[in-house]
Amino acid sequence: MSGVGVQPPSAMLGRRLLQTGARYLVMILLAFLLFGFILMLSGKEPLPSIRDILVSTLGSGYGLSEVVVAMIPMLITALAVALPSRVGLINVGGEGQLYIGAAFATWGALTLQHWPAWALLPTMMLLGMLGGALWALVPGYLRAIGLVNETITSLLLNSVAPKIVGFLIFGFWHSAMDTVKTANFVPAARLPTLFGTRIHLGLVMGLVLLALFEFAMRHTVWGLEMRAIGGNPQAAQRNGIPLKAYLVTTMCLGGAVAGLAGMAQVSGFYGVLLLNFSTGLGFMGFLICWLAGGEPLGILLLSFVVAVITTGGNLLQLTRDLPYAVINILLAFTLFVVLARPAFFEGKKA
Amino acid sequence: MLNADHPPGGAQPLIALRGICKSFPGVVANDGIDLDIYGGEVHALLGENGAGKSTLMKVLYGFYRADGGQVLVEGKPVSIDSPHDARRLHIGMVFQDLNLIPALSVAENIALFLPDLRAVLNLREIERRITALAERYQLKVNPQALVSEISIGEQQKVEILKLLLSDARVLILDEPTRVLAPHEVQGLFTVLDGLRRDGYAIVLITHKMKEVLLCADRISVLRGGHLAGTMLAAEATEERLITLMFERPPAGLKSGRRSQRSGRAAPLLELRGVATRAAGTGIRLQRVDLKVHPGEIVGVAGVSGNGQRELCDVVLGMEPCVAGRKYLWGRDLTGQSIRSMRRSGVAFIPENPLGMAMVPFMTVLENMALTRTRRYARHGGLAVDWAAVKAEVSTTAARLAFTVPWYALARSLSGGNLQRMIIARELTHGPKLIVASYLTRGLDVQSAIAARQALVEAREQGAGVLLISEDLDELFALSDRLVVLYNGRIVGEFDPAETDAYQVGHLMTGSEG
Repeated sequence: MSGVGVQPPSAMLGRRLLQTGARYLVMILLAFLLFGFILMLSGKEPLPSIRDILVSTLGSGYGLSEVVVAMIPMLITALAVALPSRVGLINVGGEGQLYIGAAFATWGALTLQHWPAWALLPTMMLLGMLGGALWALVPGYLRAIGLVNETITSLLLNSVAPKIVGFLIFGFWHSAMDTVKTANFVPAARLPTLFGTRIHLGLVMGLVLLALFEFAMRHTVWGLEMRAIGGNPQAAQRNGIPLKAYLVTTMCLGGAVAGLAGMAQVSGFYGVLLLNFSTGLGFMGFLICWLAGGEPLGILLLSFVVAVITTGGNLLQLTRDLPYAVINILLAFTLFVVLARPAFFEGKKA
Repeated sequence: MLNADHPPGGAQPLIALRGICKSFPGVVANDGIDLDIYGGEVHALLGENGAGKSTLMKVLYGFYRADGGQVLVEGKPVSIDSPHDARRLHIGMVFQDLNLIPALSVAENIALFLPDLRAVLNLREIERRITALAERYQLKVNPQALVSEISIGEQQKVEILKLLLSDARVLILDEPTRVLAPHEVQGLFTVLDGLRRDGYAIVLITHKMKEVLLCADRISVLRGGHLAGTMLAAEATEERLITLMFERPPAGLKSGRRSQRSGRAAPLLELRGVATRAAGTGIRLQRVDLKVHPGEIVGVAGVSGNGQRELCDVVLGMEPCVAGRKYLWGRDLTGQSIRSMRRSGVAFIPENPLGMAMVPFMTVLENMALTRTRRYARHGGLAVDWAAVKAEVSTTAARLAFTVPWYALARSLSGGNLQRMIIARELTHGPKLIVASYLTRGLDVQSAIAARQALVEAREQGAGVLLISEDLDELFALSDRLVVLYNGRIVGEFDPAETDAYQVGHLMTGSEG
């Protein structure tokens, strides 16, 4: 343990990268092994099923692109959890923030639809972030003044947000044809897609945010102050770091990121605001962030893995006649293995 | 010459340590230490921080496993792998921070520790045994009192009773006087005297020379993990012990001339009728009036837990004033943020370095920047100028003769080292007002002198110092003015030249006269 601090942290980045990668790989293999057992018990042949998952997702360019599409919102919502977690806040409200962000962005798409794309898209992004931030302000502020724990409030607000979206859709925004969704967005309100696939600009947004996050935490004054708060709030406060301001701000920033994920979903993926369009993207982000220990690299890797499992799982329902619950089992195994964190790939924990 | 091999009692040592070695990553704490402990003696283990005293005794108590060496109990080699083994061999230890359960009564706490505890408790019987022992050794406590309601001094008595009731013959006390008021220390020594007469072996870990000379029979000095020497207390003098503890005798403290103007200049800090809110079971300050002038060290005496933390926090701005005002540099700064207080020149050395000042999982370098992050921000905050942090703190550290392990995690530092780092950090930006709480707690003699010297120098440059301490020697040596804090109020103000430790000690404990 004491060896860790002897050299400047930057010198360890390469080794850290390698270690992280190897660790997750072993864990994922273990999860698939356990999954195979379950399939065997239920009378299915495990190998073909697992092969189906892998081939359908990683086996073709199209499959891979669909995995990336599924991965985008999870990646961003995971980041929405990671950011507040650095100051010790547990943001379980990614789902709600995503919905409100999507609603704000949709308002932009519907009312400003005559704007050109170069103006409309950034506006929608800002609106999405604003919506998510406002939704996170409630738990963040209540926590900062010491009234309610943010975990509870952010979690409970998750069930409120979809209702508000429903109210907006049913009440004001639904299309003439269909009451459960808005009219299709105009092309200017759609995020551009990449490589001729369904992958949209949300991927770039996610990756840029991830890099920004890593840079900010590592090199900037704000990162230093946030790490201080996360490491010892009392000491940080006594050293003059404004604790309350950081609690509110980081919670709102987390919310803003989740809101952006909502904007990316409606603008990039659906092109329309759909009732209950997300079934647990925010929660999946929470899971991923938690599994990755809030580390950007881990978030990238695990959101990819989870995307493989969920997209591949959809296929299993068709090819192997397996219920979707099987996928939940596999996800649960992944969670289990990562949480158990077998000691032999623990290595040096920084 | 240094080996005093005349045992006070029988010829056979009760405990013999032979060639004990113990190292931690990066540190050799014990390097082949031999030590004999006899029944019927008070054996003091003296040494500066990190000399290996506590480690050696924790090896004996089974808390650490030695890398090499042997423990003999009454001449027979034994292996002690856990405190449980140690207790079976009648070895007991009282740790620095006492380990009692506040919600249980004294008798229940002691019962928990007994080896022969039956399924159905006979507390009455245990209480009877406590009372009998307590009377014999003047360890008077009420067995039915809750631990949360008795003082630290009494808790220490309970810890000793706990060992006695569980048939310990060897009692190891780790810095027992650290938490006691002066007259309580005297009481502890009386207790130890009684135990010694009945043949108990007592090991006293300490770095307070005066106490050692007062109450020990034999003194062993550790230095850098080695046994530097053992001598009879009767033959020991302060100079001899200091020479053993350090290769060279530490330079004395230059106290310097006290500022003449201190009475007349406008105060740097003035609290007027300050009160804090009552939080939980904590103490609240009530009607505190206090002034600190430039070039003045104001000592605050008091047993910890009487409002010291609250007083520091009020000055720092962590704790709001519910009544009264706080003036700094003549301006009313009640309710200002901690950051602005720090920027305007308030430095703070807290009582608990790892809990209140440092972030454990950050490097020392990162911790050094935390009090003034904006000062080191570059490119609008996108980067931190670590070279500047290093340069500024190095200057202070060099002046104090502290070496800074820049890239070590704060949590990997020993308590004394951590305290040194905080002192270096807090004195770096030329503070105008220094609030120092238990400045020298955990520091060895040399570092303590350096830290005190730094305060004296700051005073000479016109800074004001609020020095909170339980160490009356320190307060008397440094303070220009002394106030006593008891139960959240300032109950007395003295000129240290015209008062003595007993008068202050009685006010500290609320026992008048």
